[in-house]
Amino acid sequence: MRNVALILRRELASYFATPLAYVFIIIFLVLANAFTFYIGAFYQRGQADLRPFFMFHPWLYLFLIPALTMKLWAEERKSGSIELLMTLPVKVWEAVLGKYLAAWLFTGLALALTFPIWITVNYLGSPDNGVIFASYLGSLLLAGGFLAIGSCMSALTRNQVVAFILGVFACFVLLLAGYPMVLDAFRGWAPQTLIEAIASLSLLTHFQSITRGVLELRDVLYFVMLIGFFLFTTTVAVDLRKAD
Amino acid sequence: MIKTEHLCKRYPAVTAVEDVSFEVRPGEVLGFLGPNGAGKTTTMRMLAGFVTPTSGRARICGHDVEDAPLAARQSVGYLPEGAPCYGEMRVSAFLAFIAELRRLEGARKRARLDYVIERLQLASVLERQIETLSKGFRRRVGLAQAIMHDPPVLILDEPTDGLDPNQKYEVRTLIEEMAHEKIIVISTHILEEVAAVCTRAIIIARGRIVADDTPLQLTSRSRYHNAVSLQLARAEQLETARAALAGLAQVEQVEVTEREARLTALPRAGAMILQEVATLAVQQGLQLKELHLESGRLDEVFRTITA
Repeated sequence: MRNVALILRRELASYFATPLAYVFIIIFLVLANAFTFYIGAFYQRGQADLRPFFMFHPWLYLFLIPALTMKLWAEERKSGSIELLMTLPVKVWEAVLGKYLAAWLFTGLALALTFPIWITVNYLGSPDNGVIFASYLGSLLLAGGFLAIGSCMSALTRNQVVAFILGVFACFVLLLAGYPMVLDAFRGWAPQTLIEAIASLSLLTHFQSITRGVLELRDVLYFVMLIGFFLFTTTVAVDLRKAD
Repeated sequence: MIKTEHLCKRYPAVTAVEDVSFEVRPGEVLGFLGPNGAGKTTTMRMLAGFVTPTSGRARICGHDVEDAPLAARQSVGYLPEGAPCYGEMRVSAFLAFIAELRRLEGARKRARLDYVIERLQLASVLERQIETLSKGFRRRVGLAQAIMHDPPVLILDEPTDGLDPNQKYEVRTLIEEMAHEKIIVISTHILEEVAAVCTRAIIIARGRIVADDTPLQLTSRSRYHNAVSLQLARAEQLETARAALAGLAQVEQVEVTEREARLTALPRAGAMILQEVATLAVQQGLQLKELHLESGRLDEVFRTITA
């Protein structure tokens, strides 16, 4: 775990050594609030809750998270620093986990900086803070899922733009797995059980059920397994392709 | 000790390394030579644990690079080709990161950091971002991370590539200083470097070892080994001199460079011709600017072996 912590710390510091961290946080906060107030009609609804805030998170993450993860492995391979990292006494999974946790912690920080909206809603009315807490947790889990997918896509290529596009696409497909846009591609030839299995993978469905304030074990478990699966795949991909 | 047995690396399209076996003992400085794409870097990457061999084995200080990768890597200090780094990091933070991943702690960590900073003269750039440094400094940062944990084995892929003559000299001095206690493997294009720092040279061509010898022995394979080279003061004596030298029984061939008024007499195998040539020059009344015995030309051996 010592190596994981060391790599996490280095990664996190490198976010703040470049404009990346500041650009990401500012754009995230601006967009999150703009969506809430304009499209989500936060005031006009006249309800003291943060639904209009959280409902846009999947769409914000869809583009911002792959932008954050595209460099995770692609940049290491492009610059050759992966040769340095992978010849140190570090296991591949330690590096994968360290980098992933750094990205997650960073996203968590960006998310935490949205706290003024929580203060606002508590000032304006008396919202159900339990639901808000669950929603924050759901949003963090969703970000975690996207980050794991993005990490995996970044490990598949040395080109960051390709990693970004693959990341957006993969996140989009899993986000909408329960909706016709994705399911129609399978209807007509795939067996019903497969279609139902795909539908149950929908990130959006699980996210929405958490943001309703029902923190069910199966939803949390779904995210944990999703993250675990994609981090495992990342590890395999890095190990196989590091020297290509 | 480094020991490789029948090391192979095949890619779908090419075989990069084919049946490479050698042993290196402490105190040896092994130079890897070969044309670009010959398999030098791939071999070094397999020793460093970055590339997995298709077949064969490699052991570093008794640790198999595949079965005990972490122990093997901990015994090695590795400078990858081009010395890649985390460009956005400051030198001090980067070196501290390496020290910690190399499991150095407390007083020992501070002592080693102080040592490498002092040894590679990095004190003036500690707070600079690595990507803003000159090529020479970046290479030194790469060398500093390689020797950080005082490893018994150093694998340096083109350590002097792209450095200016002073920096090259510094790096060679560093290698010489560490040579007696460590095993050092370097790869290089620069042939004089092999003669200057290596106790042994392996020449690789098309993935195979084609020569494994001391630099001196390799040089003596040159057809210029023990050749006598003379430069005339008067160019008009060139033809007389050529004919006279060609007439000597022990001379195999005479090469003439007209522009410099220089002749090189190549001896028959094993013959020493310096005395005869000197006597001849006096007899023929040749006016000499220079007369010397050649030890052999490594670049010529290299071209003959790898062509």
